[in-house]
Amino acid sequence: MTGDEMRAPPPLGLLAELTHRCPLRCPYCSNPTELHRASRELDAATWGRIFAEASALGVLQVHLSGGEPTARRDLPAIIRHAVSAGLYTNLITSGVLTDERRFAELVEAGLDHVQLSVQDAEASSADRIGGYAGGHARKLRFAPIVRAAGLPLTLNAVVHRQNLDRLPDLIELALTLGAGRLEVAHVQYYGWALRNRAALLPTRAQLDAATDTVNRARDELKGRLVIDYVVPDYYATLPKACMGGWGRQFLAVSPTGLALPCHAAESLPGFTFPDLRTTSLQDAWNNSEAFNRFRGTAWMPEPCRGCARKEQDWGGCRCQAFALTGDAANTDPACALSPHHALLDLAVREAAEATHEFTYREMGRAPAPATG
Amino acid sequence: MDGAAVPRFPRGVRLREDAARGRWVVLAPERAFVPDDVALEVLKLVDGERSVGGIADLLAARFDAPREVIEADIAEMLRDLAERGVVVAG
Repeated sequence: MTGDEMRAPPPLGLLAELTHRCPLRCPYCSNPTELHRASRELDAATWGRIFAEASALGVLQVHLSGGEPTARRDLPAIIRHAVSAGLYTNLITSGVLTDERRFAELVEAGLDHVQLSVQDAEASSADRIGGYAGGHARKLRFAPIVRAAGLPLTLNAVVHRQNLDRLPDLIELALTLGAGRLEVAHVQYYGWALRNRAALLPTRAQLDAATDTVNRARDELKGRLVIDYVVPDYYATLPKACMGGWGRQFLAVSPTGLALPCHAAESLPGFTFPDLRTTSLQDAWNNSEAFNRFRGTAWMPEPCRGCARKEQDWGGCRCQAFALTGDAANTDPACALSPHHALLDLAVREAAEATHEFTYREMGRAPAPATG
Repeated sequence: MDGAAVPRFPRGVRLREDAARGRWVVLAPERAFVPDDVALEVLKLVDGERSVGGIADLLAARFDAPREVIEADIAEMLRDLAERGVVVAG
């Protein structure tokens, strides 16, 4: 590929992972298994420069995430930088560190929207999954603070075998807390979650019941609650356009300043991701080998290369291809046409025999790679 | 959303120019809409003070079209946008 063919459309969204610090220890955390400590985090001024470059490039929304982004004392300053760059600011938080006074500072800085995660609808189970005693009660205190400030609230419920049966209660919780949106997000199995896959994969019967629940609730709650829901890969026959395609719509920036095509990509071997301490965002997006490697369709192997859907799903998820096949350039095994598709059924059968024990996410405790 | 209603954007919803792509977008929680040309003319006049009727007056003058037809069209469009949470009646 040369010249114009390589030119990427500008990104719409930027995920800013401000820190890997987090009081919770969720066993499906999307952070890499090698977590970075506070001393290596970008400072607020550098985030400000990155936001200005992102806005100039075409980014419209910034998602302030982590770890737990409110673990950063300078979060109000970081939000002000995003707002003055003209970006729509979305805080992705566990809600356990933020009281009324602290939230008022974020609102004053110009925060637009809050996405609050919950681990379950039932406190004892939620606290066990998050590995943080009293966390659920803190979340229930945080949501009204958001609503009292007049900000829109999305509830994000990560679902899996150990909480999926309480999906009706999670929908009820979203209504009680005054959320306008509910994201029912099935765990995605790489990094920490891959290590804990056998304890987390839902059964087919659970999944079918959940899909029915969502369909009924969407009808009944039209105009009150928007529910986002996607069928998980392990029961899919077609892969998803992960991130809308590698380097097409979205990028993530790690706490230490690496520009990534996806928040999980840092775990892929054989990449040099652009360092935004020394490289501009525009240069990283347009010219880096890492962003160009899986752009477009020329990199694709069969069965993707000859597939009519190749510009719809863009070959699926590179991180899942690597996690399950050992090669990030393979077709996503979620696709029924992948020669590795049987690995997913195998994992589902293994999970049916497995216990509910977790390896919790902790700094300095990278789990051993899972087999499969 | 009748002629006297005053539409406004709720907290967390914003209309802004998307200069990189040469268009305008409505930014909302974890979503972005691209309004069509007609909706954009209406949304640019939504300021939380002007009524549906007031917006109709301005557009009727600008496009030299029958005011009643325009007001009915605007009201219907804003009702649809209100159902999607993009505007609220103030």
